[in-house]
Amino acid sequence: MEETLLSIIEEVTGADVRDDLDLDLYEEGILDSFGTVQILVEIDSQLGIQVPVSDFEREEWRTPNKIIATVKSLA
Amino acid sequence: MIDQIPSLIPYANPIYFAYVLIALIPLIAYMLWKEKRLPWYQSIVTLVFLYISFGGSSWKQGVALILYVVWQTVLVALYQKYRQKHNQSGVFYASIILAILPLFLTKLFPVFDFHISFIGFLGISYLTFKSVQVIIEFRDGVLKTYKIWDYIRFLLFFPTISSGPIDRFRRFQKELHNAPLRSDYADLLKLGVHRIFIGFLYKFIIGYYLGTLALPHLEKAALDGGLLSWQMLLYMYGYSLFLFFDFAGYSLFAVGVSNLMGYKTPMNFNKPFASWNIKEFWNRWHISLSTWFRDYVYMRLMFLLVKKKLFKSRVVASNIGYFGLFLLMGFWHGFTWFYILYGVFHATAICVNDWWLRLKKKHKNWPSNKWTHALAVVVTFHVVCASFLIFSGILDKLFFN
Repeated sequence: MEETLLSIIEEVTGADVRDDLDLDLYEEGILDSFGTVQILVEIDSQLGIQVPVSDFEREEWRTPNKIIATVKSLA
Repeated sequence: MIDQIPSLIPYANPIYFAYVLIALIPLIAYMLWKEKRLPWYQSIVTLVFLYISFGGSSWKQGVALILYVVWQTVLVALYQKYRQKHNQSGVFYASIILAILPLFLTKLFPVFDFHISFIGFLGISYLTFKSVQVIIEFRDGVLKTYKIWDYIRFLLFFPTISSGPIDRFRRFQKELHNAPLRSDYADLLKLGVHRIFIGFLYKFIIGYYLGTLALPHLEKAALDGGLLSWQMLLYMYGYSLFLFFDFAGYSLFAVGVSNLMGYKTPMNFNKPFASWNIKEFWNRWHISLSTWFRDYVYMRLMFLLVKKKLFKSRVVASNIGYFGLFLLMGFWHGFTWFYILYGVFHATAICVNDWWLRLKKKHKNWPSNKWTHALAVVVTFHVVCASFLIFSGILDKLFFN
């Protein structure tokens, strides 16, 4: 699952995130609301895990590591 | 007779703060002493302050408020009951439309010079944001059950009733049922008092100087000077600064008084004029409103568009989302041409901003240092000020009067 999530993030943002899994994606301008929506849609179609948009909180999605942890907790 | 008793708009007058302080002293003492909330006392204080603001000469607004709360409470309760067993999109959209209807009518009637006294009241749009939010969270299944009294307390939380900040129901509910520890509460009290005093500086000193003393003169000079004059430029700066200090001051009062009651209502402003682009500006200006639109309008709309693949180009989809969001925000401010133009202006600015960010990504060798940052802040400030000039309505006076 980690591998799939990392490739989704890379595909959507076009940035290499594997070097630093604690990189703040919003602070760095790599991710915005639209990128987030694309990631949510991909997680839904590739992993079959649905994240309600109203349950989305930036704090839990800030870094690749946090995204992995949050999605795992929802699986 | 009742029309002669004056009513007090929240935070508009220093005497309001004296009343707040007197009313809150028992609550503060009890919470520090017992580390527990005092729900019945808080309810009484709420009723007293609603009466102070919506009773007396404003009694028609008071009646409108009561009717409104009954309407929303019944609507949300019915939808929650329905949602436990079913989940049809049609019912969801119908509920949203019914929740927005009172606000829609109060915005529409003035266009036709038509006034009904029992439908509008100060703060109706902020209550609507709260109610719509709860319906959406039931729809998404994030919220499954709730206590009706918690919901009513959320709607009627008096420190934020007239102009926000717009809180989130789940966040508020958590605090409603958990009192802060003594040491945390003591810190929160300090912070609250500090915020209220910064608010005095912003709203009653700087805001008063700009709004009441300077702006009328600046406006007259700008109208004489015309659109492309330095007087108009001066008015633009004056109005923009006034808008910030007046509203940020009010927001500090609302958050500060919430803090005194042991609630961490979210902040509304974070140095907006230090933003280096328009996207950053919306992360820092009227934050509770822009994040509400981001979470409950823009992201939901985008999710639908991206999932159904309605647009081949992601750029087009994203830009359509921006126009949808900012047009809605424009109409929300009022059904007047300059508010709608203000929305179009910001949508365009943010699309250009996105285009620029994509261009910059491709050209990694472009200079990026403190000078380019300073230039970006200055440019952003002027784009924002230009949008506030549209928002101020002075163009309407200039062109049509």
